[in-house]
Amino acid sequence: MSSITIDTSASRKVRELLQFLLESGKIDAALTMRKIPENNSYDLGLITDAANLDEAVPIIPVMTVNAGQVLSSISTSGKKIAAVLKPCELRAFVELVKREQGSFENLLTISHTCGGVFSLDLVVAEKIEELLPKYEKIISKGEVPINTRDTCRACEHFIPMNADITVSVAGECESGKGCVMYLNTDKAEEFTEGFESERGELKFDPSALQKMLDTRLAEKEKLFASMTASGPGLDRLLDTFGKCVGCHGCNSVCPICYCLLCDFESANFDYNLPYFEEHLSRRGALRLPPDTIFFHLGRLTHMSFSCVGCGMCSDVCPVGIPVAAVFKKTGEKTAALFDYVPGRDVEESIPVMVYKEEELSDLG
Amino acid sequence: MKKEFTPRITSFLCKWCTYTGADLAGTARLQYPVSIIPIQVMCSSRVDPVFLIKAFLSGSDGVLIGGCHPGDCHYETGNYHARRRFAIVKSVFESLGLESDRLKLSWISASEGPKFARVANEYTEEIMKLGENPTRKSIFL
Repeated sequence: MSSITIDTSASRKVRELLQFLLESGKIDAALTMRKIPENNSYDLGLITDAANLDEAVPIIPVMTVNAGQVLSSISTSGKKIAAVLKPCELRAFVELVKREQGSFENLLTISHTCGGVFSLDLVVAEKIEELLPKYEKIISKGEVPINTRDTCRACEHFIPMNADITVSVAGECESGKGCVMYLNTDKAEEFTEGFESERGELKFDPSALQKMLDTRLAEKEKLFASMTASGPGLDRLLDTFGKCVGCHGCNSVCPICYCLLCDFESANFDYNLPYFEEHLSRRGALRLPPDTIFFHLGRLTHMSFSCVGCGMCSDVCPVGIPVAAVFKKTGEKTAALFDYVPGRDVEESIPVMVYKEEELSDLG
Repeated sequence: MKKEFTPRITSFLCKWCTYTGADLAGTARLQYPVSIIPIQVMCSSRVDPVFLIKAFLSGSDGVLIGGCHPGDCHYETGNYHARRRFAIVKSVFESLGLESDRLKLSWISASEGPKFARVANEYTEEIMKLGENPTRKSIFL
């Protein structure tokens, strides 16, 4: 497999590639982050006319929506799409494909080594361009920018798994090699054929990112330790989720929660008078809306093993519950039961769909 | 006089094995505590993790799933799936520091009336040691 040397900024090179792919008719649409000219902010755009690519900023540490979630609804259209995804977005999409909510067939996936994304508060409050130089400097040293999402700082999967094209952004640009676009699959070779660029035979070397990995693992330890600070048991549960207002925002931005009718929004959770009477007779008072903590525990058991730690849920929480950190911590344990890594391999079944006869013999 | 604590153990019992096993314990006049509150399900895999959580948060002192022995499922593989789901719930409870001992999975066949009575007795004793589930009175759940 070959590589493409990037002589300009990584983001610009990817934009040029998208331009080439659209103009040559190799793809029908490009999914990429884009600058909103009117208000200096960023969003995710689906672009079919190459003229509209001028605003595209394929590689930017901003996630307004998990692109894997968006991709699931368009990937089966039959149109050829090139999608620029952050590693966790790609992993989320893999999880969705396993659940038959999308397809790789007409998709070219472009991903990059990721330094983490800014929290949405920051994206709204500050000018991102002004933050970028410092951000790039920090990640090039293998350090972790403090203004990124807590789960980004603690994320060890910042090297894309299964991407057709990997763009090295974090780490390598400074190590002398310069930013490089690695073509990982035959599909990538085929799509980039005819793209004017300097080709090479470079191999992706994760060792350049060892320092970043070590820093992140240490950050993860710290994050997880901070969550047990308030002691075990019910009190901790109330401490963590007690502020929940029951908006279900975390559920709606979650790329894994794909169910069209979530159990928690179904008629099972229409509360009627007998429900209130029964609970009040026992407890003498009832918190409203009911079942907010139940909702989080339910989601944890339903999908935590597939959590990719993208951090969307924490970022949209109106009352600041560290949803993503709880899911990441719990999810790592539930996934480890089955030696599962979400998004690792599209051929790997989700743990609740398969079983082994000889396992978990200490139960039952 | 202080009222003695009688645990409430919500028990999801598979129709083909454990529920029938419980019936057998009854017809054989084996004693087991009143703490077991049986709910018949068609298969242990019918028990969605949220059933366990709902029972726990609503104040059940213990939650029991009873199913056929591995390999003996009436639907061939249901109990293997149930086992994985149970492991997930247990792991979530442990991660959050909740009392995972209040959850139990047990394989009891239709012919194991004595085993049903034994499990019911032993589990009730375990739960007595743990005491009342604090969720029973908590209004903020």
